[in-house]
Amino acid sequence: MSTTSGATSSASKPASTRAKPANKAEAAADWADGRLGIYTLAKSNLRKIFPDHWSFMLGEICLYSFIIIILTGVYLTLFFKPSMAEVVYHGPYTPLDGIRMSEAYASTMDISFEIRGGLLIRQIHHWAALVFVAAMLVHMMRVFFTGAFRKPREINWVFGFLLLVLGMFDGFFGYSLPDDLLSGTGIRFMEGAILAVPIVGTYIQMFLFGGQFPGTDIVPRFFTIHVLLIPGIMLGLLVAHLILVFYHKHTQWAGPGKTEKNVVGMPLMPVYMAKAGGFFFLVFGIISAISAIATINPIWAYGPYRPDQVSTDAQPDWYMGFSEGLIRIMPGWEISVWGGHTLNLGVMVPLAIFPLVLVAIAVYPFIEGWITGDKREHHILDRPRNAPVRTALGAAWISLYLVLLVGGGNDLFATHFHLSLNSITYFVRVGFFVVPVIVFFVTKRWCLGLQRRDKEKVLHGRESGVIKRLPHGEFVEVHTPLAAKDLHTLTAHEQHQPVELAAATDENGVARKAGVLAKTRAKLSEGYFGEGGQIVKPTAEEFREIESGHGHH
Amino acid sequence: MSHDISEENLPESHGDSHGHAVAVHDDPFADPGLPVHEPRRTDIDERAAKRAERQVSLMFVISMLATIGFIASYVIFDIDKIVYIFPLGHVSALNFALGLTLGVALFCIGAGAVHWARTLMSDHEIPAERHPIEADDEVRADVIEQFRTGAAESGFGRRKMIRNTMIGSMALVPLSGVVLLRDLGPMPEQKLNHTGWQVATPQKPLQLINVNTNEPMKPEDVIVGSLTFAKPEGLEEEAEDFQVQIAKDALMLVRIAPDDIKDNESRDKGFEGILAYSKICTHVGCPISLYEQQTHHALCPCHQSTFDLADGARVIFGPAGHPLPQLKITTDEQGFLVATGDFDEPVGPSFWERKR
Repeated sequence: MSTTSGATSSASKPASTRAKPANKAEAAADWADGRLGIYTLAKSNLRKIFPDHWSFMLGEICLYSFIIIILTGVYLTLFFKPSMAEVVYHGPYTPLDGIRMSEAYASTMDISFEIRGGLLIRQIHHWAALVFVAAMLVHMMRVFFTGAFRKPREINWVFGFLLLVLGMFDGFFGYSLPDDLLSGTGIRFMEGAILAVPIVGTYIQMFLFGGQFPGTDIVPRFFTIHVLLIPGIMLGLLVAHLILVFYHKHTQWAGPGKTEKNVVGMPLMPVYMAKAGGFFFLVFGIISAISAIATINPIWAYGPYRPDQVSTDAQPDWYMGFSEGLIRIMPGWEISVWGGHTLNLGVMVPLAIFPLVLVAIAVYPFIEGWITGDKREHHILDRPRNAPVRTALGAAWISLYLVLLVGGGNDLFATHFHLSLNSITYFVRVGFFVVPVIVFFVTKRWCLGLQRRDKEKVLHGRESGVIKRLPHGEFVEVHTPLAAKDLHTLTAHEQHQPVELAAATDENGVARKAGVLAKTRAKLSEGYFGEGGQIVKPTAEEFREIESGHGHH
Repeated sequence: MSHDISEENLPESHGDSHGHAVAVHDDPFADPGLPVHEPRRTDIDERAAKRAERQVSLMFVISMLATIGFIASYVIFDIDKIVYIFPLGHVSALNFALGLTLGVALFCIGAGAVHWARTLMSDHEIPAERHPIEADDEVRADVIEQFRTGAAESGFGRRKMIRNTMIGSMALVPLSGVVLLRDLGPMPEQKLNHTGWQVATPQKPLQLINVNTNEPMKPEDVIVGSLTFAKPEGLEEEAEDFQVQIAKDALMLVRIAPDDIKDNESRDKGFEGILAYSKICTHVGCPISLYEQQTHHALCPCHQSTFDLADGARVIFGPAGHPLPQLKITTDEQGFLVATGDFDEPVGPSFWERKR
């Protein structure tokens, strides 16, 4: 602020001492800065540092496929008619000539066969949706297995989780819109599931469908939910997610020069603008090429929906496969309660487990934070092997997801692998309980083995492949000691101590009782970080002792 | 043997750099610091840099050509032109050409940009400081003081009546939104308990119409071991509520040699071994369409609930909770198969009010 002199002098000369813009671009930037304050905004962001690792691009794939879905989705809304009014088809696809169908189905047929490029955009939209959900799941795995969700990023983890759930449901609604035989069957499943809700099920069904199944309201209602309600919420969450990523700054792997207090990498401008911006085009290009080559959701092959018809191989898209698995493997328990009311456990139980499987992953950061009691900020990532219990839990969760996916596609597994459909279902019923437990123990042991290997490498060096004969005739393999940077990288991880219960008596000898929560926490903490939970890191003394030894390696 | 760990990289030479609350082991090997930046080939060899520049430009040029190809494809190919492309089979020429040209056009922009960033832009890693997310104690105390002042000025904590009634009103007001949703649909009433067959009476029976031929059926039309699908007389595809009706009325007719029928009640409801079951699965409502003649098993393709049609459509596998409802059938004076009433129980998936 330059002028403190009188009004007359400030009116006669420019108030700013700012340098003259060197070119048109600077002049435009100056203009915008006077209105929007862009310089202050850009100051900390233009050369913002991003660390580099291939796995950090998984989130980018999510972002870019979401943008592709919006772009192609807008195109599709220009041609799609979300109406269940009945029409008779007389289009170029002759097998359906003269067939009655809804306008929603007919306009999807038009998009596929009469609008040039329409089929391509439809395919890109659907493929991008699959890539979007898959990328979100894999991105989430990356964040989970590296411990990137720890303080200060727990809230962003929850935002990401909500995006995953909303993405899954928006996918389901979108898949239902063309009103083809497959998607109609999916909606019928939803209706049956709603009817299984005790007390209010039939009311929700009537209100949602505007009457009895299928009625004529469901497609227009789903359309609004699919293109407006859910994407709107997702856009908000996405912006919040990205703002937090910028605010927290990116996590990084341990390595020389990398600490909890810095972030090492290359600046946004120009390297990441080019890399990330370019990556958008890579993703878009690959999805376009896939869409040209591989047909997805050929609705013309299914035909329009009729409630008394169905095709075999009725499957939802893969990301809903685990809910399909739950519903397929559940025994058909139906019980009578409260004087003749029906409680349809066969559908209700899977419906209750479905959110539990999802929520398990949402609450994990808070559970782990409680067990460790760690209140510090974390910006250095854990190698998955250095957090064996967390890694094992994540792997067990994924195995549960996959087992249920097998259950959801039991008919496909039966036909493709020539297996009995019933045996697959029985296997999944048992596997639901057994497989995650086995996977947990195998993964944990695997991690501990890798930790031991790291320790061995630190203390004894790397096997060089060179065999040396000692004077007394013994053959030994020469081990090359690791470089300082590798030694640091392999031992930079922290090791938590299990939380211990306070002594049974306090300093005055008065008995204290530990609550159930405190006891649970101590037990869990022992499981996570106790003797069986991690391999103690090599110490400098051990290292020095071996190195100063007699060079026996 | 010499080791390349100098003493200053062992922890004794360093203070504890962490200072954390949770006990963890110290780093046995101290951080040697950022490694020296190593130049890439393109940083020191101008010819390599020039080559990289040409590669990047080439990709952008390919993208331009592909976009022109996209526009040309849009104009050239008819939408109904089908071509054979190995190994994809018969595909739409327009879709294939548009998708690949668009794919190449987009991919090459991305590949060019990434290659540019990797070969020619600086790859010098720079550290930037992080600042703790938490504010320092002074800021914290200041903000809390400001908030306390504001709260005191509002009298929110002091005037409990205002506070409580405000919370009450805000808790109730969303109910208006819920109530407004009431007209989304009608009340369930008895709608789920009855089907289109309910208008049939012994005096005025309804004929069973074959859904494929749209003709009424005589018992001799249904041969042993066959599965036929039927709808009630008078229900036409053109009808406004056809979808809603057929979602409940759809029948499957199976003819089983009477001696093979294990359930007496089921045999009595049929006519000379012809049994009429609801086609709608009692699990979540898919139509059942897979029939195995030898075993008399019918399987729903959605979730594989399997029903034994010879034994009152009892569930023998899968997630369905109860048998398929059976419609009592007989013949009218012209010898056509008819129904004389509705199903005894609701068809389709079960619900809270369903009486068993």
